[in-house]
Amino acid sequence: MEYLWAFLVGGAFCAIGQLLIDLTAMTPARILVTYVVSGVVLGALGIYEPIVDFAGAGATVPLTGFGYNLAKGVRRAVTEDGLIGSLTGGLEACAGGITAAVVFALTAAVVFGRGDKTTGTVTNG
Amino acid sequence: MKLTESEYGKLAKRRSPNTKLYKTVPAAFLVGGLICCIGQAVLNMYKSLGIAEEQAGTLTSVSLVFLSAVLTGFGLYDKIAKHAGAGTLVPITGFANAVVSPAMEFKTEGYVLGVGAKIFIIAGPVIVYGLAASAVYGIILFAMQAA
Amino acid sequence: MSRYIGNGTVLLESTPSVVSYGSAAGKMEGEGPLGSCFDYVSEDSAFGENTWEKAESRLQQHAFEQALIRGNIAESSISFVFAGDLLNQCTGSAYSMRNNGARFIGLYGACSTMAESLALASVFADSGIGSLNAALTSSHFCSAERQFRFPETYGGQRTPTAQWTATASGCAIVGAHSGPPYVKAVTIGTIKDMGIKDANNMGAAMAPAAYDSIRTHLDTAGKAPEDFDLILTGDLGSVGSDLLNDLFMQDGVKLGNRHNDCGMMIFDREKQDVHAGGSGCGCSASVLCGHILPKIRSGELKNVLFTATGALMSTTLVQQGESIPGIAHCVHLSFDDSL
Repeated sequence: MEYLWAFLVGGAFCAIGQLLIDLTAMTPARILVTYVVSGVVLGALGIYEPIVDFAGAGATVPLTGFGYNLAKGVRRAVTEDGLIGSLTGGLEACAGGITAAVVFALTAAVVFGRGDKTTGTVTNG
Repeated sequence: MKLTESEYGKLAKRRSPNTKLYKTVPAAFLVGGLICCIGQAVLNMYKSLGIAEEQAGTLTSVSLVFLSAVLTGFGLYDKIAKHAGAGTLVPITGFANAVVSPAMEFKTEGYVLGVGAKIFIIAGPVIVYGLAASAVYGIILFAMQAA
Repeated sequence: MSRYIGNGTVLLESTPSVVSYGSAAGKMEGEGPLGSCFDYVSEDSAFGENTWEKAESRLQQHAFEQALIRGNIAESSISFVFAGDLLNQCTGSAYSMRNNGARFIGLYGACSTMAESLALASVFADSGIGSLNAALTSSHFCSAERQFRFPETYGGQRTPTAQWTATASGCAIVGAHSGPPYVKAVTIGTIKDMGIKDANNMGAAMAPAAYDSIRTHLDTAGKAPEDFDLILTGDLGSVGSDLLNDLFMQDGVKLGNRHNDCGMMIFDREKQDVHAGGSGCGCSASVLCGHILPKIRSGELKNVLFTATGALMSTTLVQQGESIPGIAHCVHLSFDDSL
């Protein structure tokens, strides 16, 4: 059941994103920004938490989950440390994902060559 | 030309084929759902190893980012994304792809001004507005707690 | 001597000849319907170079060399080179010609550059300026993509109206009247902007310019569409081609099979997944130099109105919400030399 809900809820987040791409003039970058900010807002309002409890990775893997994590981190930091927590909590909560992306990206830049869509390959160099 | 700008705009719209929603939306749903299931499986695996919920969550994100970086590196992520659209854009793997692909692409301009400066050229706005929104939330929360 | 008859139209009274031509293309274009027409096809999209920018310059050099070889022309006998590409500051052309002694005129007309350069090279030749003048343009999918859109390995989806930048180059060398193909007349277009803002729908942005230039050429030179075997637009793609037909239909003119588009010819749109078709200044250049000019030389095609079209925007202006200005220039190429 856990997997079914993760699949359905995660899939639904993506399907909404696809509708936004196809039916509106929104660029992918705008959609991602909308998702993250929505995640923060829904997290702040306490609406996203029940979705996470219910759908697990179906709610945490989409970028709204990234926003939810930011909100959760800020809430904890503000509660523990006061106002300064509004500046530290968000990044603290997402540090793992962001740093991993940077480190793996740098590694990929060193290890792999240039991509090439015309041949569907990655060339060395 | 006998048409006004707005008449031409309407004609151009009529002549421009639309995306086939009956294809793109199910594809996004399936692939996106599948990536979330992989996330769930990874999360469960870490939890079964006795790792605390919080850390298991972070490790899951890191693992998905790693998976996406490898697929991007071999030029496979964009091949899936061509069909999956938002299904590969919205999950955290899409965020990772948006960081890894410019790092690879701009290596020819050097590690500092190419890779370093352009690594967030696509994903930057997500971090900028995510952090800004969270800071605003923190200030409101603090004000509410103080009141 | 060239005679200006108004409305941007010049009659080339000496009917200069396209004495030689050459084309070069990448793997995908080589696998397309015109693959066998190109003089040089590289399996390696990098053309042996380590950056896409240098790859494009190398590609352009191949087209130039093929034209020299076909015409048995020494590089030193080229007087002027009119060259252009899509890269910022026209570097694709500047770097490809940096060790060549010819007088270099860098041009930017987006995908219309082949008509622009051919028109200028022909007018120069017709006026006796320079013995052999080259018109040379190129585009490379990977160098264009990283400048205008996204990194190669980024997972994005293209809209159905988007066009695929061809990795291709073409070079035409124009000299004094000798044999077919002859350049009879050219029309320099005006910029037309009908308010299209979608950078993924350049065909729609360019169709009004194509209509305007072709209409102007026909009216000013006293021609009818029936005077041409082929009205060849450069890179309107399927959407822009439909719109061009619509615009002519409003005048009661049916272009029908008389019209074809380089962007639709260079790729198999279904099999090669290029959506609305090919684009890039190398697209019309390679189709012209690889496929059309040989047919005019042999007499299979008698009169061709080559009309390359360009979308004159930049990513900056598109992000600022501006609409896309279009341009088109016409060159009348012919098997016979009677004016």
